Amino acid sequence: MIILNCPFCGPRDHSEFDYGGDGSITYPSLDAPVEDWHAAVFLRDNICGVQTETWQHTQGCRMWLLVERDTMSHEVHSIRPAHPGHAAVLEGKV
Amino acid sequence: MTKFSAWNVFWNGLTGQKGWGRQWRDPAPKSHYDVVIIGGGIHGLATAYYLAKNHGITNVAVLEKGWIGGGNAGRNTTIVRSNYARPGNREFYEHSLKLWENLSHELNYNVMFSQRSHISLLHSPGAIDAAARNYNTLRRTGTPDAEIWSLERLKQVVPHLNYAADARFPIMGAAVQKRAGTARHDAVVWGYARAADQFGVDIIQNCEVIGLTRDNGRVTRIETSRGPITAGKVALSVAGSTSRLWSMAGLGGLPIETHKLQAFVSEPIKPLLDQVVVFGIGGAHFYISQSDKGGMVFGGDLDWYKSYAQQGNLPIVQDVSEAAMSVLPCLGRVKLLRHWAGVVDMSMDGSHFLCKTPLDNLYLNAGWNYGGFKASPAAGWYLADLVANDRPHETIACFDLKRFERGLQIDERGAGPDPKLHG
Repeated sequence: MIILNCPFCGPRDHSEFDYGGDGSITYPSLDAPVEDWHAAVFLRDNICGVQTETWQHTQGCRMWLLVERDTMSHEVHSIRPAHPGHAAVLEGKV
Repeated sequence: MTKFSAWNVFWNGLTGQKGWGRQWRDPAPKSHYDVVIIGGGIHGLATAYYLAKNHGITNVAVLEKGWIGGGNAGRNTTIVRSNYARPGNREFYEHSLKLWENLSHELNYNVMFSQRSHISLLHSPGAIDAAARNYNTLRRTGTPDAEIWSLERLKQVVPHLNYAADARFPIMGAAVQKRAGTARHDAVVWGYARAADQFGVDIIQNCEVIGLTRDNGRVTRIETSRGPITAGKVALSVAGSTSRLWSMAGLGGLPIETHKLQAFVSEPIKPLLDQVVVFGIGGAHFYISQSDKGGMVFGGDLDWYKSYAQQGNLPIVQDVSEAAMSVLPCLGRVKLLRHWAGVVDMSMDGSHFLCKTPLDNLYLNAGWNYGGFKASPAAGWYLADLVANDRPHETIACFDLKRFERGLQIDERGAGPDPKLHG
């Protein structure tokens, strides 16, 4: 079991969460060339090691989170709200 | 190499079993091969075998990081079927099933292929209609053994499923493929290895690829833990680790994520289940058969997050056990013997890749999702054809990396571009 320390709810089992996917993707603008959209939607670096990914605390606060996790050891390195405004407030930057 | 035959078994029985040598050589890697196949699973070994047998290319090496068959070849639930309804998949898997049907004779090795029927349980009139549409498509396109069974017939053939009317999802019928079944996974590995070795293919174990050197659009050198190797052509057949080798070749992203899939086996019990039974509805996903040794072999869904670790998590153990209890409550007191996890290439549309790559002499076999075992003979057959002739056979032309750009995905489940959903 992976323990995810939700910034809103505290440490919880991963079975409370739904896995989103690669959190490093930035989606291109709507008028970007189709190649850019193809890369964003379909292509993955599929890192073996520490990657940024999205999780949703579905059985808790329902917030989307950005998690840095090792895909081999499952060690969680950092966890913060995916919404930049929430992250800024929680991290005392606002 | 002694050929396996009734006479040789009889003769060796009388002479102290001294006539059996090793089944394949253990050669040191040469500095150059015409074709190097990276990955010594069933797919890689089958590719080497068909390269030699169908195309006369025998200066071939299969490189394996650990021991052959130690990856997903030894970590699956051994189910073989061809009940795919989408064009492309249909022809591919039917070809694979036909190869399976003659495999023991072809390899002179008993792969224990048992065509015991594959029974998908159906739980609603809508599910029966959808299955009837798919299975009628199969019957009209070369897979004559696809059938829809009524509840009465199902009860006669598999009497001990949970037929309770107050079950959360009562069983209403089944979609059945009668030529489908199971095979002995290790025997398939060993059979292909032995047969490829007889053609002169070098099977090199404990040989990890640690780098790929490219020059002028070609792979020029393979760095391995046992020294550098050059090759005319290179084929990747490394399910789960495809992205790692892809990035060694400096090729960027792939429409693949690596996930882990668990499987389970119980203590051996007396004969209980003569078929493969599949239960899938309302978030549950469960498939079970009984091995010749008596163990109940079963599995369920992925672990739901991306992972390269070959070890499973406990929530899925619970999930699969609950599914087992809802469909076969008689298993309640059977002890679990072992469970394990393999890492699989989950692709963006749930279908595989058998294609050329941006590098001239590099060929790709990847993206098998939950189902690489059943595909092994055909994957080897078509990859050998692709490597030998440098063009895709018409059956595999649709399984290229460009299909997403064209908008022509082969999405059997209709789940969209989220790899973990293609179960």
